[in-house]
Amino acid sequence: MKINNLFVWLKQKPRIAFFMCLPLILMVACLIIYPFFYSIFLATLNKAETKFVGLANFLFLFKRETFWLVVQQSIFFALVAVFFKALIGFIAAHSINELPSKGQRKWRGMLLIPWVIPPALSTLGWWWLFEPTYSALNWLLEKLSVDAIPWLSETFWARFSIILVNIWVGAPFFLIMYLAALKSIPEDLYEAASIDGANYWQKLFFITLPMMKNIISITILFSIIVTFANFDIVRVLTRGGPIDTTHLFATYAFRVGIESGDIPLGAAVSLFMFPVLAVLSFIILRNVRKRTNEV
Amino acid sequence: MKKVNINRRKFVKGISAVSGYAIAAPYVKTSHSAGKLLLGIWSHWIPGADDNLRIILEKWGEKNGVEVKVDFITSIGNKLLLTAQAESRAQTGHDIFSLPTWYSTMFKHRLDPIDDVVEDIINKHGPLLDSARFYAHLDGHWRGSPAPTGSFFDSFVSRYDLFKEHAGIDLKEIFPAHNNRSEELINNWTYDTFLTAAEKLYNAGKPFGATIGATPDSRWLSALFTAYGAELVNKDGEISVDSDEIREVLEYLKRLTQFMPKSVYAWDDSSNNRWIISGEGSVISNPASAWAVAKRDNPEVSKKLWHHDAPRGPKGRFRPDNSQFWGIWSFAQNKSAAKDLLRYVAEKSVVDSCVEASKGYDIPLIVSHFKNNKTWVEASPPDGVLYNYPMRGDEVPVAPGYPAPPEIASQITTQYIIANLVARITAKDQSIKKGIRWAENELEGIMRG
Repeated sequence: MKINNLFVWLKQKPRIAFFMCLPLILMVACLIIYPFFYSIFLATLNKAETKFVGLANFLFLFKRETFWLVVQQSIFFALVAVFFKALIGFIAAHSINELPSKGQRKWRGMLLIPWVIPPALSTLGWWWLFEPTYSALNWLLEKLSVDAIPWLSETFWARFSIILVNIWVGAPFFLIMYLAALKSIPEDLYEAASIDGANYWQKLFFITLPMMKNIISITILFSIIVTFANFDIVRVLTRGGPIDTTHLFATYAFRVGIESGDIPLGAAVSLFMFPVLAVLSFIILRNVRKRTNEV
Repeated sequence: MKKVNINRRKFVKGISAVSGYAIAAPYVKTSHSAGKLLLGIWSHWIPGADDNLRIILEKWGEKNGVEVKVDFITSIGNKLLLTAQAESRAQTGHDIFSLPTWYSTMFKHRLDPIDDVVEDIINKHGPLLDSARFYAHLDGHWRGSPAPTGSFFDSFVSRYDLFKEHAGIDLKEIFPAHNNRSEELINNWTYDTFLTAAEKLYNAGKPFGATIGATPDSRWLSALFTAYGAELVNKDGEISVDSDEIREVLEYLKRLTQFMPKSVYAWDDSSNNRWIISGEGSVISNPASAWAVAKRDNPEVSKKLWHHDAPRGPKGRFRPDNSQFWGIWSFAQNKSAAKDLLRYVAEKSVVDSCVEASKGYDIPLIVSHFKNNKTWVEASPPDGVLYNYPMRGDEVPVAPGYPAPPEIASQITTQYIIANLVARITAKDQSIKKGIRWAENELEGIMRG
C-alpha cells in the first residue's frame, strides 16, 4: 500500500520532470555553481591563501597596467569579433535561405564545419598558417611577390589573427540560429509587403529584422559571454604575446593563477567581468521577455 | 539451518584469538610488504629515456619489496603543472612528484622537507650546483632532491662552419673537445665579440635566433642580464630595475635584435630548434636536443653543430639553468620508501644510465656526476660536439630572476617580465625609461603578500 502511494507520488508530472532534470541539475551544481562560488571564495584570499582579504585582490588589479591592457583587449576582441560573427552569420543565413531547399542542406553542412571541429584543433591548423617563421600564408604571399606579414609577432597582426580565427569558428553559430529564425517568419508577411510594393530593403528592415530581434539579442548576448571567456584560440596562437597584447581575461587568469601560482589573483581576474556581463544579460533578457509579452 | 548466536563474550574471545595469531605469526616479506609508491614524473623529450627510467625504478621496487607505479606526465600544454596544481589542492595523488625549476617554490607549503635525504646525497656524492640550492633550499629546508632526468642548461649551439666562414671565429679552437682551453681565446669570447659576429652572420643571411616571447626558452635573456649585472630585484627582495646595468643591457639588446629575425617575438620553445635544424640559423641557445633531432632530420646540419659556452659580460659568464628535482608531497602515503628512492636515484650508476638514455640531454645537478661522464665526450658527429655541453670552464649556471629571492624570481620567470621588458624596448620602440617604469609596476605587483 505504501509502495503504491510512493509510485502515485512519483508519477505526478512536476515530480517526474524534476527527477528527469536531476542529473542535469546535479551536473550544473557540481561543475558550474560550486566552482563559481569557490572561485569567489578564492578571490577573497591572500596570495598564500591563508587570510581573508575581502576585495583587496580586485583593488590591487585596478593598479596594474597590464591588467587594464587585458581589460581593453578583451572588450575590443569581444566587440569586434561578435560584430563580424553576427554580420557574416546574418549574410550567410540570408544567402542560404534564398537558395532552393534542395541545395540548402549541403551549404548548411559545409558552413557548420568550423563550429563543429574542436577549436583547439582547428586553431592548431591556423597556427601552421600563421607560424612565425615558416608561415604557409607567407609562403603563398612570397610566391605572389608580396612581403611576408608578421601574423603573430606584431601587435596589430596578432590581434587581427586571433579575431579572424574567432570569427571563423563562431560565425556558423550565428548562421544556424539566424537561419532557424528566418525559417520561422511567416511567408505571408512578405507576400503582403510585396503586394504593398515593398522593395528588398524595406522587407529586410521592416519585416525580417523586427521578427528576428529576439534571436539576434540572445545570440549576441550568448556570443559576447563566450567570446569574453575565450581561451583556446589565444593560448594556441599567441599565448598572450607579443608583449601581452593579445591576452584576454581567461589567458591572463591562467598566466597569473596557474602558471605563476597566484590562484586568488587569477580567480579575481576571471571574475572581473562577471558583474558587467550579469547586468548586460539582465538588460537583454528583460527586453526579450518584454517583446515576447507584447507579441 | 542452525542459527548461530554471537554474544559479546564470544565476539571478544574470537577477536583475541585472531589478534594472537596475527602477532605470533612469522613476518613474511612479500613484493608488497613495503607498500605502494606512486610517482608522477616529467615525461622526457628524448625517445627511450622514459623507458630506461621506468626499468630502473621498477627494478629498485622489486629489490626492495615496493610496488612502484610511474606515471610519465608531459609538460606540453602545461599538463605537468596542472597535475601538480590539482594534486596540491586536492591533497591526494602521487607520493613523489617531478619539480622542474620553480615548482619547489610554488608548492613548498605542500612538500615535505627532505633535509636528511639531500644531506645524505651531498655527504656521499659531493656538492650540488649552487643554482640547485637556490631553487630547492627554501626557508632553511630542502624541498626537492636532484632528479635523475630533466635537468639541463642552455649552451650556445652554433654552426661552426658559418662562424668561421662569415665571422672569422673558430669555435672549435676556442672551445675544444678537451680541457686545455686557451685562456686568451676564452677571454676574447665576450658579448661584444658576439654582437660583431651576429651582425656578420645576419648580413650573410644566417642570423642568431632566440625567442623574446612569453615562453620558457626566453631564459637566455636572464643569463645575459646576469652577465651585465642587471638585476630586476636584488637579493634582499628590493626592486632594483632602475639601474645603469639594466640600461646598459637593454642598449646592448637594442643593437643585437637588429641582427635577429623579427619573428622572435612570437617564437615558442620549438622555434629555435627548427631555426637551426632547417639550416637557416647560425646559432641558438638550447640544450642538446636540437643537435639530436638534427642528427635524425637533417644530418648534414648536425655534423656542423658545436655546443659551447655563452659569451662573457662585464660581470661574468652565465648559462641559463633549468634544474629539475623530485619532491615528496606532504600527503604522500609512503614517505619512507619515497625517501629511500630519492637517495637511490642520486647514485652515479643511475644518473649515468639516464644521461646515456637521454643522449646527453640531461645534466646532473651533482657536480661529481657530470664531471665524469663519457656520454658527452663520445657523442658525434662531429667528434666532440657535446663535450662543452656541460659546463667545462668559468660559466656559472644561473636561474632566471636571480638574485631575487626564489618566491620573487619564480614570478619574474613565470610572468616573463624580462622578455616583455626587452620586447617593449626592442620591438615596440618604447623608451628605456618607460620600459623600466612598466617593469617596476609589474614587480610591485608580483611582490604582494
